[in-house]
Amino acid sequence: MSQAPKPEELLRVSHIPPKKDWMDPRVDLVPGTWGYPGKASSLETLGLPNPREWNPTDEDWKLPPNWKEIIHEGLKERLEKYRSLKIFLDICVRCGACADKCHFFIGSGDPKNMPVLRAELLRSIYRQDFTMAGKILGTFAGGRELTEDVIKEWFYYFHQCTECRRCSLYCPYGIDTAEVTIIVRELLNLIGVNIDWILGAAANCYRTGNHLGLEPHTFKGNIEYLVDDIEEYVGVRLNPTFNRKGAEVLFIAPSGDVFADPGIFTYMGYLMLFEHIGLDYTISTYASEGGNFGLFTSQETMKRLNSKMYAEAKRLGVKWILGGECGHMWRVLHQYMDTMNGPADFLEVPKSPITGTVFDNAKSTKMVHIVEFMADLIHHGKLKLNPSRNDYLRTTWHDSCNVSRGMGMFEEPRYVLKSVCNNFFEMPENTIREQTFCCGGGTGLNAGEFEYLRMMGGMPRAFAVKHVQEKHGVNRLVNVCALDRAILPPLMDYWAPEVSVSGLTELVANALVMEGEHDRLTDLRGEDIPGMEGDE
Amino acid sequence: MAVWYSLLLVLGMSLFVYLGAGLLGLQAIFGIVVPYAAILVFLIGFSMRILGWARSPVPFRIPTTAGQQKSLGWIKPSKVDSPYTTWGVVGRMAMEVLLFRSLFRNTKAELTEGKLAYGSSKWLWLFGILFHYTFLTIVIRHLRFFTEPVPFFVQALDRVDGMLQIGSPVIYQTDVILVAALLFLLIRRLVNPQMRYLSLPADYFPLFLILGIALTGIMMRYFAVFKVDLLSVKVLAMGLATFNPTIPEGIGVMFYIHLFLFSALLAYFPFSKLMHLGGVFLSPTRNLPNDSRMARHVNPWNAPVKVHTYEHYEDDFREKMIEADLPVEKQA
Ligand code: HEM
Ligand code: SF4
Ligand code: SF4
Repeated sequence: MSQAPKPEELLRVSHIPPKKDWMDPRVDLVPGTWGYPGKASSLETLGLPNPREWNPTDEDWKLPPNWKEIIHEGLKERLEKYRSLKIFLDICVRCGACADKCHFFIGSGDPKNMPVLRAELLRSIYRQDFTMAGKILGTFAGGRELTEDVIKEWFYYFHQCTECRRCSLYCPYGIDTAEVTIIVRELLNLIGVNIDWILGAAANCYRTGNHLGLEPHTFKGNIEYLVDDIEEYVGVRLNPTFNRKGAEVLFIAPSGDVFADPGIFTYMGYLMLFEHIGLDYTISTYASEGGNFGLFTSQETMKRLNSKMYAEAKRLGVKWILGGECGHMWRVLHQYMDTMNGPADFLEVPKSPITGTVFDNAKSTKMVHIVEFMADLIHHGKLKLNPSRNDYLRTTWHDSCNVSRGMGMFEEPRYVLKSVCNNFFEMPENTIREQTFCCGGGTGLNAGEFEYLRMMGGMPRAFAVKHVQEKHGVNRLVNVCALDRAILPPLMDYWAPEVSVSGLTELVANALVMEGEHDRLTDLRGEDIPGMEGDE
Repeated sequence: MAVWYSLLLVLGMSLFVYLGAGLLGLQAIFGIVVPYAAILVFLIGFSMRILGWARSPVPFRIPTTAGQQKSLGWIKPSKVDSPYTTWGVVGRMAMEVLLFRSLFRNTKAELTEGKLAYGSSKWLWLFGILFHYTFLTIVIRHLRFFTEPVPFFVQALDRVDGMLQIGSPVIYQTDVILVAALLFLLIRRLVNPQMRYLSLPADYFPLFLILGIALTGIMMRYFAVFKVDLLSVKVLAMGLATFNPTIPEGIGVMFYIHLFLFSALLAYFPFSKLMHLGGVFLSPTRNLPNDSRMARHVNPWNAPVKVHTYEHYEDDFREKMIEADLPVEKQA
C-alpha cells in the first residue's frame, strides 16, 4: 500500500521551478502528500467550528458561507495579537537564503515548499487586504485575491511544513515560517479545514488525557505490560504508582512511549532509571500526555491540552514535574507553558533528590527534561553503568528540531549517550545541532496517508544517516523525540536500511546495572546482546 | 516581466524629471517641494510602521536557539547564539545587524549522483554586506553637502574612501563596490531560477532605483558633460537643511534626476520591504533571551479557556478507574 515510489525515482527530483506562476493558487493533490480531513466528531469534542463530513478531493469543501469574512477577521485579529506575524509578513526581502534550507523543498523540488514562498502564500493575501500598496496596486505589489483555491492551497502547503524552524535559523531577520504555518493552520481551523491525524489526537487528548485515547485503566495496563517485560529481560519487578498524591515528582512522557515500538523501550528505560535511583515519583492517567497536538491546531487548543499538567501537579501536591523524551512537547513546555498556564507558584524549584542539584534553568516553569536530569545524575556518578552492553551498537545522534531550535539542548544528550555507549559518530556538521534536519513527519504529518511526503521530506536527514552508516558502520539512530521514534524507522527502511531507531533512555537502561538483576543476556527489546550470551 | 516593469518605472521617473526640471524649468518643484515631501513621507511613514509593529504585543518568548542552552553548571552555554541575559541578546542583535550573522551561515544544498551536499555559500552574505556598508558610507559622505563646517568624521571618511588616489577627480572605492554589489544582487535574482521564480516587482524596483541613484551620482562626478557646480549644490543642500530653501543657478538636470530618485527611495521606503531596517530590531526570534523556563514571560491577552478538568475526567471514567485500582477523589 506504499504511495511512495522507489528511492531511485525520488532521487530524480528537479529543483527547477515550473512554468506556472506561483501566484496561481490551484494545486494538484498528489496522493501520499496530503491528509484526510478532521472528523466531525473530533471537532465536536473540542468545540471547534464547522464540523462536517468533507473530502479534499471534492470540488466543494463545504466552507461556511461567510468563510472569507472569517479568514479576514481572523487574520486581522492575529495581526493585532502577534508582533511576530506582522513583522514576518512585512520585512521579508525575498533574498532566498531560506529557500533550500527546508527539507520539503530539498526532497520535493516544489517551489512552494521554499519557506519564502510558503510564507508568500499568506503574505500575498495580507498585502492585498491589509497594506496600502496592495490595495492600490494589486498583483503589481505582490497581492493576491483570497479565493477558495487559496484555501485549498493553504491546506496543502501548510500541511507540508513541520514547523521545524530550520528556515528561521538562516534568515537574516529571523523570519520563522513555522510561526506563519502555526497561524495559518489556526486560521484554517476557524473554517473547519484541518486534518484528522491532528484533530483526532487533540480530541483524544482532551477527553482521555492522551493523544492515543487510552482510557485510565488501559493506560495503566499498558505500563504494567512494560513492567512485565522488564521483569522478563532484566529480572527485577518494579511497582510504578499512578495518580498518587504526595509523591515528590510527577512524571509526564509522550503517550507514544507507552504504546508503540520502539518508544515502549524508552518507557521501560524511564521506569528502570527511576527504580535505580529510588525516585519518589508518580505517573498520572489524567495528564498522561507530554506531547501537544494543540500546537498544530491553535494557540487556544494548545493551552487547553497543556493545562492538565499544572492542574494535575497541583492536585497531586508534587514538588516539581519531570518530562520525558519528546520534541514538540518541549517546544510547548519550554517556550509556551509558563506563559499560558503559569505561574506555577504552587510548585518548588526543581531539585534533584539524588544529587542535590537545583535546576535553576527551570526555576519558573518547574519542569525538567529527563535528559537534563540524567546528565546531572551521570555527572555526579549516581548511575551504575556498564556501557559495554551497548557495544553492539554503533550510534549517531539525531537532534530533534524542537529541542534544538526551540530550546538549545545539544550537549546534555551527547554527554549521556557517550556515557552509556562506547561507539558514537556525529553526522555531517551541516545536518546536526542547530542546523539539524527534520525527520520529515512532525506536526501531525505522520499519518499513513502522508507517506510519500515523508520519504521526500525525510531525505536530507536520511542521507546524513546513510553517510555515517557507510563511513562508520552506524546501525542505531538515537534521538529524544517520540515522533522521531515513530517516523524514523520507516524512513530508515526506505533510505538507509539496517539502521534501527531508539530513544536515549532505552540505551541508558540497557547499560544500567540494576540491583537484583539477572544476567542481562538480552536488551530491552528482548533481543540477544551479541557477545553477552556466554560471557558470565 | 517584473524586471522590465521595475526598470521602466525608474527610467520613466528619470525622463519625467528631465522634462520637468530640464525642459519646463520647474527646478523649484524638483529641488524643494519634492525633497521636503519625500522626507516628510519617510519620517511619518517610518514612525507609523514602527509604532504599528510595537502596538502588537509579543505573546510568547520564541527565540530561535542557535546554540547550547544554559542548563547544568558544568555545560558551557552559548552566550550569544542562545542568549539568556540582556547582554547576550545585545550581542546577538549586534552580530545580526552589523555582521549579518544568520546570513553568514548560508549553505547551498546540492543533490548530485544520489548524494546531498551542503556547500558553504557566502557570496550572498559578502555582496549583501558590501552593498549595505558602501551604501551607508555614501550616505554619510553626503553629509558634507548639508553641514558647514563639515564634521571631522565625514572628512575623514571622505579621505579614506578616496585613498587609492586613482583618477581625477579621485574615485571613491565605495562607488565602484556599491555598483558591483547591486549588479551581483540583480544578476543573482535573474540567473538563479528559484530566485527569478519568487522575485516580485518590489524586489527589482529598489535595486534599479538605488542603481539609478548611484549611476546618476557617478555621472555627475566623473563625466564632464554631466558635471554640476558643486558649490551651487551645496548652497541648495544647505538651504534645505536650514529650512531656507533656494534654487541656485548652474545645476544640471542630472542632479535633479539624482535628487528625485533618492526622494523616491525615501518616500517608497516605509511602504516596502526596505523596512527590514527597522523590523530586524523587533524580530522576536532574535531579540528575546532563551530564558523562558527561568523567568515567566507574560502574554497580555492570555485569556481563560475551557478545559477538561480532572473532576470531569474522573466523572467520565470513575468505574473503570476504581476497577483498575486507580485512586479516585470521589467513590462511585
Ligand atoms: C538604510 C538602510 C537599509 C537599506 C536601504 C537596505 C536596503 C536593502 C535592499 C535594497 C536589499 C535587497 C537586496 C536584494 O534585493 O537582493 C536589502 C537586503 C538585505 N538587507 Fe538591507 N537595507 C538597509 C538596512 C539593513 C540593515 C540595518 C540590515 C541589518 C540586518 C540589513 C540587512 C539586509 C540583508 C541581510 C539583506 C539580504 C541580502 C541581500 O539581498 O543583499 N539591511 N537591503
Ligand atoms: S531568508 Fe528571510 S528574508 Fe530571505 S527570503 Fe527567506 S524569509 Fe525572506
Ligand atoms: S519550518 Fe521547517 S518545514 Fe516549515 S518551511 Fe521552515 S524549514 Fe520548511
